Amino acid sequence: MNSLSRTLRDLSQYPSAIVSLIIIVLMLVVSIGVVIAIPYKEAVRLWRGGELVWYQLPKTVPPAWTNYFRSRKLPDTIIVDTRQTPEIKSYEPSGDGRRIVIDIPIEYSYDEFPDELSLYFYTTQVTKPPFVAMRWEKPDGRDSRIADFSLQSTRQNYRFSQDPKLIQRLKGEEPQVALFAEPGSQPPVAVKGTYHLKIEILTFDADTDVDVEFLQYGKVYGLFGTDHLRRDLKVGLLWGLPVALLFGLAASLGTSILAMLIAAIGAWFGGWVDELIQRITEVNLVLPFLPILIMVGTFYSRSIFVILGVTILLSIFGGSIKSYRAIFLQVREMPYIEAARAYGASDGRIVVQYLIPRIIPLLVPALVTGIPSYVFLEASLAVLGLGDPVLPTWGKIIQDAEFNGALYKGMYYWVLEPSFLLMVTGLAFAVFGFSLDRIFNPRLRGI
Amino acid sequence: MTEPSKEQDGKKTTLTTFNRVARYTLVRLITLFITVVIGVYLTVLIANMGGYVDEIRRGEIRETIQMRMLTDPTLRNLPADVRMKQMEEMIRLQEKYYGLDQPFVVRSVRFLKNALTLNLGRSLQLTSDSGSRQVRLILLERLPATLLLFGTADLVLFFLSLYLGLSLSRRYGSFWDKLTVALSPLSSAPGWFYGIFLIVLFAAVLKVLPFGGMVSIPPPDNPFLYALDLLYHMILPVMAITISSIFLSVYGNRTFFLIYSSEDYVEMAKAKGLKSRDVERRYILRPTLPTIITSFALLLIGLWTGAPIFETVFNWPGLGRTIYRAVGLFDTPVIVASTVIFAYLLAVTVFLLDFIYALVDPRVKVGGGQERAG
Repeated sequence: MNSLSRTLRDLSQYPSAIVSLIIIVLMLVVSIGVVIAIPYKEAVRLWRGGELVWYQLPKTVPPAWTNYFRSRKLPDTIIVDTRQTPEIKSYEPSGDGRRIVIDIPIEYSYDEFPDELSLYFYTTQVTKPPFVAMRWEKPDGRDSRIADFSLQSTRQNYRFSQDPKLIQRLKGEEPQVALFAEPGSQPPVAVKGTYHLKIEILTFDADTDVDVEFLQYGKVYGLFGTDHLRRDLKVGLLWGLPVALLFGLAASLGTSILAMLIAAIGAWFGGWVDELIQRITEVNLVLPFLPILIMVGTFYSRSIFVILGVTILLSIFGGSIKSYRAIFLQVREMPYIEAARAYGASDGRIVVQYLIPRIIPLLVPALVTGIPSYVFLEASLAVLGLGDPVLPTWGKIIQDAEFNGALYKGMYYWVLEPSFLLMVTGLAFAVFGFSLDRIFNPRLRGI
Repeated sequence: MTEPSKEQDGKKTTLTTFNRVARYTLVRLITLFITVVIGVYLTVLIANMGGYVDEIRRGEIRETIQMRMLTDPTLRNLPADVRMKQMEEMIRLQEKYYGLDQPFVVRSVRFLKNALTLNLGRSLQLTSDSGSRQVRLILLERLPATLLLFGTADLVLFFLSLYLGLSLSRRYGSFWDKLTVALSPLSSAPGWFYGIFLIVLFAAVLKVLPFGGMVSIPPPDNPFLYALDLLYHMILPVMAITISSIFLSVYGNRTFFLIYSSEDYVEMAKAKGLKSRDVERRYILRPTLPTIITSFALLLIGLWTGAPIFETVFNWPGLGRTIYRAVGLFDTPVIVASTVIFAYLLAVTVFLLDFIYALVDPRVKVGGGQERAG
């Protein structure tokens, strides 16, 4: 405990160490929060859900805040659902059934036009199909007919851009443009103000109810934007954090602790044990690390846990075992070890209580500095298309973006967001590890 | 009496030295060879999924032959059992042609023997650009691309970082020194990662440099323009490699030289009034030579593996991407060939390094027992 507080006091000498430590703690807190807020199963369901989960969002649009940097504001994504805002819906009796009047106000203050307008109708029954009539009211009060039809299924979709009659009425122009544009302007200029989509639904019995979901697929969405499968990148980016931290921490911790233990055992027992460890290290040096990981990913399993296990297995017998061994060989000859042997300490006791503590100052910084390389390793494999098949990870998002030509099509946010998060994670651990190294190994401190 | 005995002693020493070196060389060669054998055999096992790749290929053969039989009009009129028999016969011949009639254990030993004798054989799917299935040609064709990019970049960076490290160690605490220390964590990210940023900036936004690839399409005919085009395509990858490695290697070299320049004999040399260039060359660089040579040798053989991800991001037709494609196509001969060449290069380097140490550092004796352990 004492040494911990001393370490912290030493750390406070380095502003970079404090900043990186704060970032690391923040990342740990956020990732715990993410795992609690979006449990594993839910995350996988969302990420692999497809159109059923994400039908409300536009494809590959940048985050909404990019509008602050644009001279021409892009329309946001608007979702209005009468099940969530019942106040825009009213009922009047009409004959045997009733008339449902829905007035959807659309605040429009953008310079560009949305991608698409779409409506979903949810009807309680279709044996006596309710009848729908829709009108569009512009900010200046002029209104026009959109469409009339009856609801033939309990979940019916109406897309403005795919209604040939509407397009004909708008003289061949795309509805999502023409409806918001100044009539006759060329190129079309958007009219700002409050639009109203007025929907009247006639039902033919008293207990039929219809709900409407209006979707304006904008050209920006949310804090992080969406990808080619309409997924909100927020889910992937948030869940990428615990995955990256888990992979980096587990791989670095597993590798360095096991390597240290093995080096200690080899140096202490010597003889054939040491010889065997040395030979395994040499064989491991011959094995191509990345191609083997790629083979495991391609042939056997892309599960992140399998990759993690293989990574640790291949990294244990690496260069670190040699440097640890060299130090243990020196420590082994020290008088206090001889003293321990003289009082009859067992081999295990000497290794665990006397040898290993000597190497902690070297181990801890190496461990922390090693984390980024494993975080990036996971991302690298994902970029090659060998990421975990179900979990969202940052590397997979980069790969999705690369695969869909994000860089060629100008969808930079898609690549830059996960890259930025990777960078922050990597730098935080690297800076912290470097500071730890300077504190624990004062030989380098003056330097 | 004293004279001859001295001579005898001298003879004895040379003889024992020779014996020691010879024995050491032999033992070392044998252990290194065993290491290579085990490493390559493990790769053979992994690359064949312990024999499962054979099953995949048997399935493929069966399928193609079945397809061929079904679509062949001359065979359609034959009775079913004759056709069946003929098909089985063709499958058997095809499997025999690929050596699939033998059990995997036997085949794996043959793979190992072929690999160790550098009989690289033919690939299963991959072809070289000239259409050859020779693994040797496939790999040789890709080698120049990798050597050009990584060879140039790594060599320049290696000597540059040595030079910068040395000059920074001379004035540590200066602005440039502090800057290098502050920037060294940047090296925690791999080259391809910076590559993406650079591509976004220079290729996508500014549109001044290409997204990737090695030459324009179509490549220029004029050799001079061709070379210029190559350089033009190399700017971004070289920049990415530089950003991802230079700060840490300069930092490492500087710290390394600092440790050596705080030795007593360096202080002594300075006190004697030697020129600082002489001090650096004879008292700092000289004792660090073995370490520098080691990292240089490892860098050279590291070039062989290429960099699959980096080459994928930059669409660079090097060895790394070939290996990656080979894995994707279950093309075990190519994977094993690449591994065995790397293993040999490594073994030879490790073997030679021991002697080079003894040559450049008189304190080191070849096979000089356990003192040098570690």
